[in-house]
Amino acid sequence: MIALLTRDLKLATRAGGGFGLGLAFFLIVVILVPFSVGPESGLLSDIAPGVLWLGALLACLLSLDRILALDWEDGTLDLVATSPLPLEGVVTIKALAHWLTTGLPMVIAAPLFGLLLNLPQPGYFWLVLSLAIGTPALSVVGTFGAALTVGLKRGGLLLSLLVLPLYVPTLIFGAELARRGADGQATTTPLLMLAGITFGVIALLPFASALVLRVNLR
Amino acid sequence: MTLTVFDLTVSRGGIAVLQGLSFELAPGRALILRGPNGIGKTTLLRTVAGLQPALSGTVTAPEESIAYAAHSDGLKAMLSVEENLHFWARVFGQPKIDIAVQAFELKDLLGRPAGTLSAGQKRRLGLARLLVTGRPIWILDEPTVSLDAQSVARFADAVRRHLAGGGSVLIATHIDLGLDGDVLDVGSFKASGTRSDPNGFDESFL
Amino acid sequence: MASIWEYANPVKFSKTASAVLPWVTVLAAVTLATGLVWGFFFTPDDFRQGSTVKIIYIHVPAAMMAINIWAMMLVTSLIWLIRRHHVSVLAAKGAASVGVVMTLIALITGAVWGQPMWGTWWVWDPRLTSFLILFLFYLGYLALWEAIDDPDTAADLTSVLCIVGSVFAILSRYAVNFWNQGLHQGASVMRAGAVTGTDTEEKVSNVFFYPLLLCMIGFVLLFVALVFLRTRTEIHKRRTSALLARERLS
Repeated sequence: MIALLTRDLKLATRAGGGFGLGLAFFLIVVILVPFSVGPESGLLSDIAPGVLWLGALLACLLSLDRILALDWEDGTLDLVATSPLPLEGVVTIKALAHWLTTGLPMVIAAPLFGLLLNLPQPGYFWLVLSLAIGTPALSVVGTFGAALTVGLKRGGLLLSLLVLPLYVPTLIFGAELARRGADGQATTTPLLMLAGITFGVIALLPFASALVLRVNLR
Repeated sequence: MTLTVFDLTVSRGGIAVLQGLSFELAPGRALILRGPNGIGKTTLLRTVAGLQPALSGTVTAPEESIAYAAHSDGLKAMLSVEENLHFWARVFGQPKIDIAVQAFELKDLLGRPAGTLSAGQKRRLGLARLLVTGRPIWILDEPTVSLDAQSVARFADAVRRHLAGGGSVLIATHIDLGLDGDVLDVGSFKASGTRSDPNGFDESFL
Repeated sequence: MASIWEYANPVKFSKTASAVLPWVTVLAAVTLATGLVWGFFFTPDDFRQGSTVKIIYIHVPAAMMAINIWAMMLVTSLIWLIRRHHVSVLAAKGAASVGVVMTLIALITGAVWGQPMWGTWWVWDPRLTSFLILFLFYLGYLALWEAIDDPDTAADLTSVLCIVGSVFAILSRYAVNFWNQGLHQGASVMRAGAVTGTDTEEKVSNVFFYPLLLCMIGFVLLFVALVFLRTRTEIHKRRTSALLARERLS
């Protein structure tokens, strides 16, 4: 398991591994928003939590098809499936590797991007917290989508279509938590809901992902 | 460590391709599958390896005893030969890769990224992976594709050593490896496509 | 009475479907025609909404079906995963194509109704938003069916998607309700709009209710007819491909 994780991280950080791709895309979204909605700082700070969450979600979506497709193409998945590793563990590790290379850098970079969008002072803590709690759910749900579409040629568009509605609850509660935090409103409900969704998908969804992966491998 | 296959029917896309297969593979033995392309050798090997369910019949083998190798070797172009081998050794809980490196003369290639290897070298690395699994029953699907004569001989040696050490090999191949083993022509097990159970729920589309 | 699982045999199902289909179709046509004509021409205009209210005779049954069809797909998908009856999953596939149209009808009639009522074609009201999300689920489900060549693989994957999707659909419903509180207080505006379930008793008097009930029954019958038809077609398609595959083998 740890071998798989270290290998995935190694692959991601070497040339052509796609590390930083999500972060770059996130940065592009954040930089382009002021050009499209105008430079007025009041407006920007109003929409900052939502834009930052949307940017993180899209950046995550962009890298989903790399989670399993490469291992599928070179036969690694077949070999892993006949190895002692349980597939449930494999998909969990895959999601974790995806989060470490895509979600975590965004969590760390988010305060900087918040500056660009004039995020109100109390918002930084809540933005980082909401992303730290919410982005693992994006990776886990994304791995489920990747497992569903792994055998398909040009499965990328379908993957986005399948994952899009599954991302709605996380996006709503995550962005709401960041927004309420920035506005100084009560944050308990969205915080609990967001954490509940994340823990729920981490606990349950790997079984579904492993199930569909097994179906796709046969 | 005996692999037993009894009255096995394997299917591709829900349609039976081979039926009524039974054989036994004892330690130290090799079983060579022959038959024309598309007859279902790959399907059979994947079913025996547990990658896909059998339509009917049973495959009995001790837990975690099967190592499977097919056309693609699961190699990462960006990782070195050593890293690739180490990864699989760790996945299968084996500490050492020395034997595998020796058997396929990979010592000089250890530091090279797998992506820069020639097709034959890659194949050798892929087969060296079998040695690091530490598993007794090898299931090989056309293992000698893109190997030159010398590498084929080296591969045959590795298989023979494996057999001598009490392992067994189920192999689908077109060339003669000079192995001491039984030959099974799967062509005679071709599924007839007749309706087996008219009241069955699943096959009653026919 | 024989076991219900006998109908899971494709041949038996096809025969039964063919026998029942004409009756259900006629019944659906009669019920729908009666309900719609009654609703459109023999009920008074609403004192506030005028004749626009009459769109409920299509909007409400379509919305009801959109949700119930997904629920039916959930059940049949589970049956497929547990008992491996092909008819069950093919019924889910057939129902999905009806369901996506029902959802679309509900969305479009909602927009058409919303225009004179609220002066806008679209608001991000919780109910409308939930239906939009449901629409995406239907699209994803059907797209996955279309994308996969092997029928059994497609059946397994879509069934798992349906089950996971159901959980997320319910989650989305709560999320959307929660999300919208702050933005738009006007749930009362919608109250008259989306009359389903419990709202019906309070808001719609008997004059409107009986033809509406008839329309709902008509939609259910229409759905039953369409599902029988589509499932039978899917069975025939599977039979054709199975025969072709056998041909290729021999």
